[in-house]
Amino acid sequence: MGQTIIEKIIARNIGAASVKPGDIVTVNVDRVMLDDIMMPFIVNKFQEMGFKEVWDPDKVVLIYDHLVPASQQDDTRHYRIGDEFAARHGLTHVHRSDGICHQLMTEAGYVKPGDVVFGTDSHTTTYGCVGAFSTGIGYTEMAAILGTGQLWVKVPETIRVVIDGTLPEGVMSKDIILRLIGDLGADGATYRALEFGGQTVEQMSIASRMTMANMAIEAGAKCAAFIPDEKTAQYCGIQLSGFQAGLRGDADASYVKTLTYRAEDFLPVMACPSQVDKIRNVSELAGTVIDQVFIGSCTNGRLEDLQAAAAVLKGKQVAPFVKLIVTPASRKVYLEALECGALQTLMDAGAIITHPGCGLCCGRTGGILCDGERVVATNNRNFLGRMGTSKVEIYLASPVTAAACAVAGKIVDGVQV
Amino acid sequence: MEQFTGRVWVLGDDIDTDIIIPTEYLALKTIEEMKKYGFSPLRPELAAQIGKGDILVAGKNFGCGSSREQAPEVVKALGIRCVIAKSFARIFFRNAINNGLLLIEQPDLYDEIKEGDTITVTVNQDVDYQGKRYPIASLPENLVEIITAGGLVKAMRRRNGLED
Amino acid sequence: MGMTIAEKIIARAAGVKAVRAGDIHTVNLDRMMSNDGTTHLTVDMYYNKLKNPRIADVKKMVFIVDHNVPSDSAKTAGSQKKMRDFAREHGIDFWEGKGVCHQIMMEHYVCPGELIFGADSHTCTYGALGAFGTGVGCTDLLYGMVTGTSWVLVPETVKFNLTGSLPEGVYPRDLMLTIIGQIGANGVNYQVMEFTGEGAKTLSVNDRMVLCNLAVEAGAKTAIFEADEIALEYLRERGREPKAVFKSDEDAVYAKEYTFDLSEVVPVAAKPDFVDAVVPAREVCGVHIDEAFLGSCNNGRIDELRVGAAIVKGRKVAEHVRFLVVPASQEVYRQAMEEGLIQIFMESGAIVMNPNCSVCWGSCQGVIGENEVLISTGTRNFKGRAGHPSSKVYLGSAATVAASAVKGEICTADML
Repeated sequence: MGQTIIEKIIARNIGAASVKPGDIVTVNVDRVMLDDIMMPFIVNKFQEMGFKEVWDPDKVVLIYDHLVPASQQDDTRHYRIGDEFAARHGLTHVHRSDGICHQLMTEAGYVKPGDVVFGTDSHTTTYGCVGAFSTGIGYTEMAAILGTGQLWVKVPETIRVVIDGTLPEGVMSKDIILRLIGDLGADGATYRALEFGGQTVEQMSIASRMTMANMAIEAGAKCAAFIPDEKTAQYCGIQLSGFQAGLRGDADASYVKTLTYRAEDFLPVMACPSQVDKIRNVSELAGTVIDQVFIGSCTNGRLEDLQAAAAVLKGKQVAPFVKLIVTPASRKVYLEALECGALQTLMDAGAIITHPGCGLCCGRTGGILCDGERVVATNNRNFLGRMGTSKVEIYLASPVTAAACAVAGKIVDGVQV
Repeated sequence: MEQFTGRVWVLGDDIDTDIIIPTEYLALKTIEEMKKYGFSPLRPELAAQIGKGDILVAGKNFGCGSSREQAPEVVKALGIRCVIAKSFARIFFRNAINNGLLLIEQPDLYDEIKEGDTITVTVNQDVDYQGKRYPIASLPENLVEIITAGGLVKAMRRRNGLED
Repeated sequence: MGMTIAEKIIARAAGVKAVRAGDIHTVNLDRMMSNDGTTHLTVDMYYNKLKNPRIADVKKMVFIVDHNVPSDSAKTAGSQKKMRDFAREHGIDFWEGKGVCHQIMMEHYVCPGELIFGADSHTCTYGALGAFGTGVGCTDLLYGMVTGTSWVLVPETVKFNLTGSLPEGVYPRDLMLTIIGQIGANGVNYQVMEFTGEGAKTLSVNDRMVLCNLAVEAGAKTAIFEADEIALEYLRERGREPKAVFKSDEDAVYAKEYTFDLSEVVPVAAKPDFVDAVVPAREVCGVHIDEAFLGSCNNGRIDELRVGAAIVKGRKVAEHVRFLVVPASQEVYRQAMEEGLIQIFMESGAIVMNPNCSVCWGSCQGVIGENEVLISTGTRNFKGRAGHPSSKVYLGSAATVAASAVKGEICTADML
């Protein structure tokens, strides 16, 4: 019988001809991502478990992003613990202020199609954008992997999502994934893989695919998968091997369900406070007054996102008394946006450009809000209290919509601006 | 069969990890320091009210969101004996097992229970609420192994010859 | 009897012909600036302590959010919202995230001859344009806002006669730290530092800001330069007119006079925890650092960014060092982008942040932890100022800071 992308990756990893959903298998880990906020806990568990050495330092990537720049006195303790661990175990892949972990893992070439990757952050699902099997785990399991190089997983069922056609103007991949989460519900893909296909997806940039893979977790998914293609090969700087080129769902693969969409039917949407699956068309929310806009995060802080926002903001000004905060996803994205003038356009429109990092999305600094304030944001979560008090209202949207809202000072449809 | 009785706190659907422990407090040095902020965005007073041996009952998708393992650790540190929900988010589920926090999936109890009432749980068998019995499933074998070992840390210590 | 520039500004503001040191006068304020450090307290008092709250002249008021921006907690967000709502309701000029308050004031408001109150100690910066700027508490600011006036005890003036010009690789910050080191942290308590002489002519408005800004660290009420052609040119470029251009009279009375030869100044550093603990930078070379900070209302302008960028160009920041580069305003940031400086910093591995007070204020972005060491172009190195109480701050020039960031320990630029 045929296999899905994720089944093929897992089977190859364990040296089996095939696997099926529900199988519990032990995989050999190709790469792990450790972030600053979890580092003290990972190190504690690693020591408590009695490990002396990291199984393969070259497969370990340590990234400081949640706590950069430090906003509290004890934040730098996380860097110190990370630096000490890296020095003791000979870790060479350490990024101390280069951007958000998920952006760096793909951008810096740490993840390739077919890899099995774990990270101590739930948005590790992002690497499905290049056809890897990746998912988030806790620090205890990470400590176990650091010692053994292995982890048990249950082979997930796969939901197939097929999108054909051309997206309307002003509609981005963010609108697709938000709509999908709305349709599936916040737990609609729990324990399952989301596999994306269809012409629309094939035409998408890797960046747009990243947005979708990133948010797969918001429907509860274990992982996401896109078919590696020429764009993937170019992005990863590789030639696809036979195995990698074959990472597509077989015609007779078994899917738990298939959702089919016409690209032309998508509209700009928002996730309304305080559930990621509370999806409304932007037009239904038009006129809602806002206090702040945030463009950034591992979901939507890439060059094409900043360029899309800049195109909307060019020659315009952010509404009086409204703050627009832009946080590029990485140092590379920042430099590219500087090179092409997008940053300048954003700044001229009144944006506050911060250093690349998780910024406001993780709720530690970068524009925290207070009771009664309302923010439109391009990140992945609008949970209660995520960006300040529980009386802050968070609306999730695409960069185009967010930029349009910044100009208007209220919720508006980006295409109309 | 292991059996215990406890007072119940009831929470809703989609109780996310940011509600269980907000990012703001994740860099505190210990779970003990963190635990007083447990559930603070939703019910700031709850952490102080929860007593040892209490049971949390919730709707669907408990623990959705972040991979922060501080979430199950905080729940456990607050004294919660087990969480019974309609369903759990995946990463939270794994993290809880690895820390020896018992999670039970039960589809009906949430719709009928009242906060403050008492229930009796018989592990791998059922929940008794005012005489009515709600069946619960057994855990998969590999998870039982981890729990039996006393969590993943203990299992690894055993592997490394530090414990019998 | 003659008057100094400071006395003439006060006389004008008081509507009298002459004042002398020690007099107390009621003055009309030309401008008041308040930032997010204390404005919420002023607003609270405005609503809760006054019988008939009113604002004498909203056009005199400027509110600037710069200390914690973008905000780092719901508490600071709440304070800023109070400020924002008040500004919106009353039509007060409001700046958020556009730059450090004193830089914004210099770019957009300050004019020679003005008397300006700011609810921030480094308001003395405005003397670079021949204005009398001084820091006040929020009660004084509230009184000024409601009445448009205040009272001033006319301070004595101390003359700093500058001769010669700074050698290559030595900067106005080295000069000012040298002066403070010599006269002490209370060397000019409640006095005005008047900078004059041929050496003053060699200094740009940017340079003069560096000197005036730090005057409060020697205890001064303010510092001032004569608004000469250099200052007037700065003003013209920004489309502003002077209120009044004053010169000190030949027979003006000075409490004391000092002479500093600029050509003898060397790179210096202030050691923890006092601004006047000044030593030649060479004496502290080799001290291990965790963070380096290039920014602040003292040293975050285009001149300093140019100096820093020239040093890090083609080099990498030391692996263990966090090198924070924080332009003093969006205007500075934008120009630094145009000149390619930002690209140089980003490629070197620096953390380039949005204009704000950053670690100089020690509460928002880039705070340092337990036992960490910072070398900084900020204004102060008081104990715990930049973060954890056990941390240490050294003050140095942009060149010393940038060089140290690359080396991973304190060093001067010529040692790289």
